[in-house]
Order: sequence, then C-alpha cells, then structure tokens
Amino acid sequence: MDIELRGITKRFGEVVANSNVNLTIRAGEILGLLGENGAGKTTLMNILSGLYRADEGEILIDGTPARFDGAGDAIRAGIGMVHQHFMLVPVFTVAENVVLGVEPTGRFDRLDIEKAREQVRQISAEYGLEVDPDAIIEEIPVGIQQRVEIIKVLFRSAYVLIFDEPTAVLTPQEVTEFFAIVRSLRDAGKALVFITHKLHEVREVADRISVLRAGQIVGEGDPKTATDADLAEMMVGRQVRFEVEKEPVQPGDVLLDVSDLNVLDEREEMAVNDVALQVRAGEIVGIAGVQGNGQTELVEALTGLRPLLRGRVSFLGEDVTQASARRRHQLGMAHIPEDRQRSGIIGEFNIAENMVLNSYYDERFSSGPTLRWLDVYQQTAANVAAFDVRTSSIFDHADHLSGGNQQKLVVARELSRDIKLLVASQPTRGVDVGSIEYIHKRIVEARDSGVGVLIISTELDEILSLSDRILVMFRGRIVAEFDGDKATVNEVGLAMAGVTAEQAA
Amino acid sequence: MSDDPKRETLSRELLKRAVVTRFTVEEVVIVPIFAVIVALILGGITMLATGVSLGTIQAAFGSLFTGSLGSISALSETLTAAAPLTLAGLGIALGFRAGLFNIGAEGQLLIGGMAAVVVGFSLTGLPLIIHLPLALLAGALFGALWASIAGWLRAATGAHEVITTIMLNLISFRLVDYLLRSPWIQRPGRADPISQSVLESAELPRLLLWIDTNLRLHAGIFVMLAAVALIYWLLFRTKLGFEFRSAGANPDAARYAGMRSGFLIVAVMAIAGALAGLAGANQVLGVLGRASPNFSAGIGFDAIAVALLGRGHPIGVLLAGLLFGALEAGGRQMQVSAGVSIDLISIIQALIIVFIAAPMLVRTMFPWAFQKERPADKGASRAPPSQPASEESG
Amino acid sequence: MAVSEAAIGAKDIEISRQRQTRIVGGLLLVLAVFVASVFGFGSAGEGDAAFRLTRPNDPFALPNIVVPAATYSYVIAAVLAFFGIRLFMRGGARWSSLLLGLGFLLAVTAFLAWATAGKSFSLTGMLQATFVRAVPIALGGLAGVLSERVAVINIGIEGMLLAGAFTGAVVGSLLGGVGGIVAAICVGGLFGFILAALVVTYRVDQIVAGVAINLFVLGVTSYVSSQVLTEFRFLNNAPVFRAIYIPFLSDLPVIGPVLFRQNIFVYGALILVAISTYYLFHTKSGLRARSVGEHPEAADTLGIDVYWTRYVNVTMAGMVAGFGGAWFTLGTVGRFDEGMTGGRGFIGLAAMIFGRWHPVGALMAALVFGFADSLQQKLAILQTPIPSEFLAMAPYVATIVLVAGLIGRARPPAADGKPYIKD
Repeated sequence: MDIELRGITKRFGEVVANSNVNLTIRAGEILGLLGENGAGKTTLMNILSGLYRADEGEILIDGTPARFDGAGDAIRAGIGMVHQHFMLVPVFTVAENVVLGVEPTGRFDRLDIEKAREQVRQISAEYGLEVDPDAIIEEIPVGIQQRVEIIKVLFRSAYVLIFDEPTAVLTPQEVTEFFAIVRSLRDAGKALVFITHKLHEVREVADRISVLRAGQIVGEGDPKTATDADLAEMMVGRQVRFEVEKEPVQPGDVLLDVSDLNVLDEREEMAVNDVALQVRAGEIVGIAGVQGNGQTELVEALTGLRPLLRGRVSFLGEDVTQASARRRHQLGMAHIPEDRQRSGIIGEFNIAENMVLNSYYDERFSSGPTLRWLDVYQQTAANVAAFDVRTSSIFDHADHLSGGNQQKLVVARELSRDIKLLVASQPTRGVDVGSIEYIHKRIVEARDSGVGVLIISTELDEILSLSDRILVMFRGRIVAEFDGDKATVNEVGLAMAGVTAEQAA
Repeated sequence: MSDDPKRETLSRELLKRAVVTRFTVEEVVIVPIFAVIVALILGGITMLATGVSLGTIQAAFGSLFTGSLGSISALSETLTAAAPLTLAGLGIALGFRAGLFNIGAEGQLLIGGMAAVVVGFSLTGLPLIIHLPLALLAGALFGALWASIAGWLRAATGAHEVITTIMLNLISFRLVDYLLRSPWIQRPGRADPISQSVLESAELPRLLLWIDTNLRLHAGIFVMLAAVALIYWLLFRTKLGFEFRSAGANPDAARYAGMRSGFLIVAVMAIAGALAGLAGANQVLGVLGRASPNFSAGIGFDAIAVALLGRGHPIGVLLAGLLFGALEAGGRQMQVSAGVSIDLISIIQALIIVFIAAPMLVRTMFPWAFQKERPADKGASRAPPSQPASEESG
Repeated sequence: MAVSEAAIGAKDIEISRQRQTRIVGGLLLVLAVFVASVFGFGSAGEGDAAFRLTRPNDPFALPNIVVPAATYSYVIAAVLAFFGIRLFMRGGARWSSLLLGLGFLLAVTAFLAWATAGKSFSLTGMLQATFVRAVPIALGGLAGVLSERVAVINIGIEGMLLAGAFTGAVVGSLLGGVGGIVAAICVGGLFGFILAALVVTYRVDQIVAGVAINLFVLGVTSYVSSQVLTEFRFLNNAPVFRAIYIPFLSDLPVIGPVLFRQNIFVYGALILVAISTYYLFHTKSGLRARSVGEHPEAADTLGIDVYWTRYVNVTMAGMVAGFGGAWFTLGTVGRFDEGMTGGRGFIGLAAMIFGRWHPVGALMAALVFGFADSLQQKLAILQTPIPSEFLAMAPYVATIVLVAGLIGRARPPAADGKPYIKD
C-alpha cells in the first residue's frame, strides 16, 4: 500500500505549521522524516493519522483520495501511529490498552477480555514482541510500553506505521532492539515512517530520508551516501558547527560536594541511590543517562526542591542539606529547570515578570514589602538585549515567545547575576539549532569565567560536546565516570544501559 | 563599545507597552456587559413563562431600576448590599489569582460574623473607637482561621480546597445552629436560635441618618473601599502579591523560583477568609444587629459570581459588587411593588456567571459584536484564574 | 554489597510508611479512651440496652438483643486499645485502614449501647431508615462516579437533585408518580447535558459550571415555588410511592424490612448501582468511558470520541441525579419545599470520594452517611446529651479527613477536572 501526501498545508491561527508538503510512503520501506524541533513533523503525521485536518491538500491511498474525519478513519484505512508520548492508559492492563476502540464483545456489550488476551498473545507470537497481556501499564518499563504501542497498531491491521521520536526514552541498547523490530516489520511488507531529529539514527535505519524545515520539505537524502553535515545543513538551513569550542579545563576549588545522597520519587520509591559527586569551579560536569533514571530527583534535591532521605549536600563549604531553594539561590546557585513550560517560566506573565521570577525579592528590585517595577523593567531590558531574546517588548507574554527564546529568557535570568554554580537540566530540550549553539556558547563562557557547571542531559551528544567530566546515571546510581575529552559514544552508551566495564569486556 | 546600540534598544523596548488587543477589550468589557443584558432578558422571559403579565414585567424591571438607583434610599440600599458582596468577592478573587477556588466564603462569613457578634455583645463598657474595631477584627480573625483550615489541609496534605471548603461550609451551618442555642450566646428568654444583640458601641454607625432615619447605609462601605485599595496594592505592588500571582499562574514555576507554596496557600486562604469574615461582621454589626441561623443569606455564594464577573481584579470586583448590590436592592423593591418573587434575582445572577464563564457562548450569540477571528492564544480558554496577569504591574 | 545498600534504602522507605500506621494506632487509642470514659463510665448503673429486631406480630419473631451497656463499652474499649497499641508498637500497615474502619464501627455500637442504656430501641427500624436516607446520597454519589469517570467534576449534583425533586413534585401532581419520576429523570438529564455542553463545548471551568447550575436551579425552583406554587397548590401535591413488599423475602427477620419492604427508590438505587458497576467495569462502552477519564488523548488517537463520551456520561449522571431528586418529593412527603435537598448532593460527592470512584463504594459510603443521618433522628428520641448538630457534622468531618489522606488516599481518575482541548 502506498500513501501520497499532496500539497498539505496546515495553519494554527497565524502560524503555518505545514506548507504545501508532498510526501510518498511506500510499502516495504522505512522513510526517515528528519527535521528539528518545531519543523512541523508531528503536525504532518497527526494529519496523516486523522487527528488534525489539513487546511489544504489531499491524502491519496493507492491513488484514491481519502478523507479522515478522526483517528478512527485513519485506523480503518490502515494507518497507525506510535506517539512520542505513549498513548497508553496507565491503570489499564496491556490487553485492555491493545483492544481499546476495537474491543471484542459479547452480549449486552460485554467486554470479552479473555478473547482480547488471546488476540494479544497471537500478535506477540507472530511478530516476536513478548508482553504479558495482564500486566498493568504503569508497572512495566518504558521499553515494554513501546512494544505494547506497536502491538496496538498491528492489532488494528495497520499497513503504515508512524513512529514519532521513538528513541527519546530508550537506552542505546533498547534502541538497537527497537531498530531490529522496525526492520522486521519492513521485511513483513509494512510501510514505516520514522520521525526524528537525530541524524545518525535516521542514517542507520531509514531506506530513504526526507527533510522538513519550517513546515516545508526541503530535500531528500540517501542514507547510504548522505553525511551528517549534509543532512544537518538541510535541516537547519545553514552550516552547523558540531563541536563546541572551548579552552582546556582549569578546575578550581570544590563548589558543590554531595555525598551519600538518597532521594525518593513521588511514588515513594528510591530514585537516587547513594550518589556522591563534586563540582569544581571552572569545570563542566555532565550527567548522562536515559530519562527517568533519577536525574530529575537528583537535580531537585541539589537545588533544594525535594527533601532528601539521607545524605549531605555542601555548597561553597557550607552545609546546605536542609537549606531552602531560596537560600541556595542566594548563595549563588543557579538552576535551569528541565521543563521550561512547566516550571521555568509563567506563560501568562510578561517577560519582565519572568525575568525576576526568582530574584524579585532581591534588594535590586524591591524595598520593604513592595516591588520597584521600574528597576525590574530596566534590568529586564538589559538582559533581553544581552542574551539575544528575540521580542518586540518586555511586556510581551512569555507564551508568545518561541521555545528557543523562552529558553534564552531562562538562561538570561540565571546567568545575569553573580553566580558560583549553574545546574542546567536539559538546557536545550525542544530548542532550535541556532538557540542550542547560543546557549552552549553562554554556558561555556560561564565556565571560563570560573562558574562551576553541572549539566544533566539525556542527549548524549550534548553531554559529550560540553563536558569536562562525564558521570553516568543508571537506576538512581552514578555507575561510571569518564574524562570528557576521551569518552566515546559507545562507552558512555553502554554505561547508560547499566553495563559495567567488566561485563562489557 | 556595544553599549550604545544596546542602550538604544533598551530604551526603545522600555517605551513599548504591551498593546491592549481588541480581544482583551472584548473579554474584559464587552462580554460582561452582554452577559448582564442577556441575563436580564432571560429573567424577563422567565417571568413571561410563569404567567406574569407584560404589564407586571414592565413594572418589575421598572422597580428593579428605581429600587436600586432611583432615590437616595435606593442608592443607600444598593451600597449596603454591595459592601459584603464586594468584601467576600475580593477574597474569592484573590483566591482565583493564586489558583485556589474558595467555595467556602459562605462558611467563613458565618464564622466571622458569629465571632463579631460575640465580641459585639459580650464586651461591655468599651467606647466605640475600641469596641467596633475589636469586633471587626474578631470577624476577620475567625474568618481567616476557618479558611486557614482548608488552606492548611491543601498545603500539608494536598486535599483539594473545593471539597474541603464545601465540607467546611456544611459544618459551619451546623456549628452556627449549635452556637445560637448555647446559653451564653442565645438571647435570654428565647427558645429559637437567635443571638443576643450587638451593643451600640460595636455597631457600624449609620451614615445618612441626617437625611432620613430610615437610611441603612453604614460605615461598612469604608471598610469595603479600604479593602479594595488594600488588595489592589497587595496584588500588583508587593512581593507577596507577586508570589500569589505566580503561584496561581504556574505553581510549579513558583516553587522552582523558591517561593514557599505551602505558606502562600495558607496566606491566601487566610486573607480570603478574613475578607469573608469582615463581610459577615459587616452584616451583623451594620445591618442585622445580631445573628440568626443562615444570616449569611447566600452572600458567600453570590460573591463567587461577583469575583468571576469582576474578572479577579479588585476594581472589577468592586464594580461587580455594586451591580449585584443593585440587583439585590432592586429585587426587594420588585417583590414589594410588582409582586415578583426576589428569587428571580438568583436566576439572573446564575445566568450572569454562566455567560461570564463561557465567553464563547456570548460570542456565538452575538457574532456581530465581536471580531471574527480570535488570535491564537493558548491561555485564553482557561477559566477564572486566567486573567491577563500582568496588566497592572506598571 | 549492592544488595545491602538497597536493603537500607528499602528500610528508610519502610520507616516513612510506618508513620501512617502509627497515626491510625494513635487514633484507635484515643477512640478507646473516649469509649471507656464517655460511654463506659457514662452508662454505668444505667442498666441494659435492649435492641428490638422484630415486632411481636412478625412471622418470624426474634428475641431482643440485650446488652449490659457499661460492661459492653468497657469490652469494646479494651478491644480498641489492644489493636491501637498493637498498631502503634508493631506496625502492620496493610491492615491499618481496615482496622480503623472496624474500630469506628465498634465505637458506634458502644455509642448505641450507651445511648440506649436502660431503654429499648428498634435496631431494624433504624437500619430500614438508613437505607431510605441513603437513597439520595447514593444516587448523588453514583451521578458523581459516572461523570468523574469521564473526568468531568460534577459540583452541580446538588442542583440536579433539587431539579429532580421539583419536577417530581410538579409533574407528579399532574400526571401521577410514574410520570413524575420520568419527568424528574428527563430534567436531571437536561441539566447533565447543560453541564456537559458548558464544560465540553464552551470550556467553562468545571467548578464554575457546577456552582452556576446549583445557583440557577435553586433560583428557578425557589422562584417558581413562591411565584406559582403558592398560588396553585394543586401543582405541589404529588402522590407518594408506598413500599413494595417482595413476597416471602419481606417476611424474613431483620433483612426483610430493611431490604425488601422498601419503595421504588431504594430498589431503583440498588439496581442502578449494579447496572453502573457492570457498565463501567465489564462492558466495551465502560472501558471507553474510563479511558476518556484516565487518558483522553489516548482515547482520541484510538478513534474514541472524547466529547461525545463526556456528553453521554454526564447526561446519564444527570438522569441518575434527577431520579435521586424525585425521592425528596415522591419518595417522602409529596410536596416541594425551597432548597429541600439540604446539601445531600454534596454528601453524595463525599460518598463518591469515600467509595473511591466506584458505584458499590459510593453506595457503601452512602449507607454509612445514611446511618449517621438516621442516628441523628433517633438521638432526639433517646435524649442523649450529645447535640445532634455534632453528629450531623460527622460525615463532613470524615470526608475532610479522607481527602486529606490521613487514612490512605483515594485516587481519582487521572484526567479528572481537566478540559480536553483538541487542535
């Protein structure tokens, strides 16, 4: 079955997400759809899977125009999508999730759960995707959850499978496993679309590559011949420097000293387990690891946002184990939170209010109980100019900024004062390439001026290019340490999967 | 070197104020006006449907107007009714700003009012200048304490304030019933639940006795105005107000910014409860002179409508409170002179809430009054707490 | 090495969990002291408490249960103290909630013994009244379950009950009881539909919409009541449904009068609870409805119409509440009074939370609240020194304690209260 997208255009208000996109998807082939964040990949695939309706253009299935009024229509036409954020009901069982929407029923609308289990087992066996039909989704690991998503799509007899950023939550080893599954599906005659912004992955697994930039298809590539540089240039629209330029490290005194740290997560389970680490002045320490291995809890514990179960945190020689987030902030600890939308900015506040969100109480901006707004505006205007936040007015709502500019706003807020340590969690997640380069540059500048930097990222590339020293976190523990100049993707990747040096040997 | 162009941009940017969009004007001004008009029309239709003659309906609307604005006495009644509605409405609006939905104003008002009554009749021999402030303070304090229970529960355990304040309302009804029967509060010689009368030294002085001794307008109106000014200052000029608004707009970001969310929740609830308690004190010290079961008369619930209609802004709440006070006063006149039940006013108030909370509904009904395309605005559909948060930070 | 570290971690967690058990243990101890000092000491020398199970002319007559009030209270206090100390000292977290519930039940029996000491009192009569009084609470709770399972918070249950009561009275007066019930269900459904339209289509905040519905219904019913019904009294004079005796079963001792000599509302409530349980947890539609409440995006991607599902379920919830509302008029007095639901809808919400968003759970909680309600009535007869107002507060206090998670937290549907915005 072949699918052709012809002249697809989709607007959200005044924003054009897709503009005149033409794309062909063929059976027995893996199409890599490459594009950076905000290029319109997900919107395009949501149109194909019936969730959005295109404003212009048409979808042809084997040459016949099709009209999707909802996800149901696309499913019936044999198109299935595995979303970046899994679309699984956490409290349902695997079988319930798989059959949801196409349930086998008996009399009186009775749900035939026995039959559902049987059907799940069948598909598991057929495609070699092992799962327990009675397991509750929230109790199984992410890798297995993704398997359930695939079974779900196959259960609906999909011929076309769309994967939206499928590797974001997987370890390098799980990625390899996942690629094997994708290839076997292709060999079984399915048509596959693999959406990603990771160059090497698309080169590894795709049979054909289409590049999307600013809502338009800007080029095609052959994975066998195209280089990372070619693809990146197509994706970004200009040449990209992959290497971050930085001076050799000159570590100073120990700023942050953490020992014996144990932290619980929301479910009262051990998220951070006996972690010890140090950050010195003038060095960048990177913490690598797959998402959900305790990084969030570690950062929150270091910045005073989450209580410790046990352990000691000292900062500038002072014991701050019990100190509040405000106190640590005052001592010179800056924090770029991992999810700016959720916890970094306040969308309906203007830029000035966001700029002083954690320093409004400072003498610079307030006297007694009242705020001095004029001083706030002066400082904001200076910071906005200094950190290249693109906006027409500091009274604009933060909501109206692009992701990259929102992140620069956060970076400006944290770096525009006199700090000793920067804790940066996912500093460039969901940000365009230009902003990534800019933010990396500012972080390195901070380090060169003697600030200690702790970067936590799930993007291995980011860790490798920035860090002077790399720690790897796995299941709440620091399982390995590498020298930033010598570490290789392979070594760090194995450690991220929990494989120790001895086991690997 | 690069300072010059930078400064230039700086000053340029400083001058550029956020442009008030047509959309904002529509949301803040046009929608409320239409909401009130449509609600009044639907009120008229309700009367028609229940067999009220056209002549009587005309008379009803006429007396609604004359009873609220038509005379000095009408104005006095309007302002008297507006004071507690505005006070309690301010508290609820403050909650909206801070992301808390306080349904408990009714109970806070009762508890605060009871405390004011007790202070009002039990402390004898004090001059007005001491006794009245003490009684008001007692009202505010106990309202604050009662509301803090919900605040503390939310902060310490995460119990949702909507549920806890509903339950605290129901508890306060029973508690007041009980207190009114207890020997040290009940008026001697009475079998029904009614409190002793507030002493003259604790009464809010009537203001217009020099015109007519029947005019009920009392000094509570000054309490109301002071509260409006105070809350405005608090929200938009102080650090605490900034924290309230941050916690309301994005509690996670507020926490990450080092604000003490638990403290803020309790503080907001306490201030809201104090305002509701003042509303209760205002009623017993200014209007009723004593407490009886259900002396709150639904003011705490109407105040929710006032806060919504006022869009969570102190000035808006004042205007909304005046409107609702006018409806209340006019409604009484309507009942007397046109023979239409005052319960009609509740219908109109409920309809106003619906239309305010559903701007899309108003837009659908009157497409000609609004711009065709609304700008893509992510936050616009979130209900009460999503006010244009920064409009007043200047 | 690694194992021992993990074990230390697990132990730390264990300690943090034990605190809750200690709280429960402490509560039980306090309860024990209370029972001993108030009920035990208070009923000393007052004599025996006699609980009547059957009436003398019943087909199967049972003797009265006679309890020496003081002794019984001391025994209960001892039992409570034993479990309290046990929990406090040794933990055993798994059973703590259950023990607490059991402890309260025992304390209530001690309370009854104390209140009845030297007198006699019909236990069966009170259980029967419990079921009757539980009806509007259970149906309100069920309405809450149906709408919150699709993630629509329904504060408007109170208004829907009131609308049902009003419609039941007026239409019942004109067309008879059955017509009244049907009309009440329709009007309840209408308000459910309005709630759905407001929150789903017009994206009104769910709490605001519920508050508005409550105020609106209170306004309309009060207005019509004073404007029209006072003038045309025949519109407010509906027939009352009498109890239907189920052959044979109604003759059983205790169970007969409690379960099988009730009117259509009690049977209706029990049947609706059964049907809802089947619907929510054993049918295709129920699975889809719950998926909409837990993860609407997921449901949407699978072709389930989130908006439609919410409309249908919230409308059904309104119908259930409308039926429950008819109880107030057609099931008891046959006439409508302003604001006669008196907060039962809110207690229904509490029952839903207690019942952990499950129909059967909501029914059980409603029975507990109904018991408290009927107990409050009896207290006046027994002339106890405890003011009835405090007993009337008990369900509300209990609800606060529950939502505060002091005795184990209930988990609502994940998307509860959140609007689903497509595009």
